[in-house]
Amino acid sequence: MESNAVNTLQVEVNEEGFLINPDDWTEDIAAQIAKQEGIDELNEQHWKVIRFMRSDFKERGQIPTIRRLKNAGGVTIQDVYKLFPDGPAKKAAKISGLGKPQGCV
Amino acid sequence: MSSETNGKIKKVSIIISKGSLEGVYPGLIMGNGARMEGIEVNLFFTFFGLETIMKKRMDNIKVATVGNPAMHMPSILGMLPGMSAFATKMMKKEMDKIDIPPVPEFIEMVHAAGAKLYACRATVDMFHLTMDDFTSEVEDVINVGRFYELATGGQIIFT
Repeated sequence: MESNAVNTLQVEVNEEGFLINPDDWTEDIAAQIAKQEGIDELNEQHWKVIRFMRSDFKERGQIPTIRRLKNAGGVTIQDVYKLFPDGPAKKAAKISGLGKPQGCV
Repeated sequence: MSSETNGKIKKVSIIISKGSLEGVYPGLIMGNGARMEGIEVNLFFTFFGLETIMKKRMDNIKVATVGNPAMHMPSILGMLPGMSAFATKMMKKEMDKIDIPPVPEFIEMVHAAGAKLYACRATVDMFHLTMDDFTSEVEDVINVGRFYELATGGQIIFT
């Protein structure tokens, strides 16, 4: 299934708009998903989170939690909430081309 | 007044009334999880739940090993010295594996995430406590009337 805004790039996403295959991800796709999620422009702080999310996922095979972003990624919780308002864990994972986080924290 | 907009919960006010590990974590996880979904959160600590936000107590919250059938051990064993500490240690180890933080860090996290923390006036008076007894994340000591004012328009969860 493909969703409206990213289907111009021909990447496969699920019904909630998460990329099916993290390897399909590009910076362009990140910017497009961000726009859909109400973030018009990704700044350097956004990219710091996105890069950490992707490298940590690659290393550990798990989508990092907000706590991990804080403790291992060096991003404060306040910043995570400011950068990705209204559902930070899901939004950051989506823009980073990862699946929907399944944990409770 | 509706507590939902477009089918989404907008605000929850969670009461944490117990002081055991299994008593405080559900409320903290639900509160933090609500913030993660962009839901406004009030946490109201009352009775033994106040231990969760007391500087001297928050790092020492334990699993109840007595009178807890789900521990699957006779209560007489649960009474043995160190049993509660042991069960707590084991549980914390498992929680850490799934990134559930210890209580003080959890309080810091949920506050940084934008949840508002309140202590119950009646309990504070009963135990002769002051704001100095609480961790700095606590907003205020409020009475039940104020709690309902703050909870207006949202869901209330009692734990």
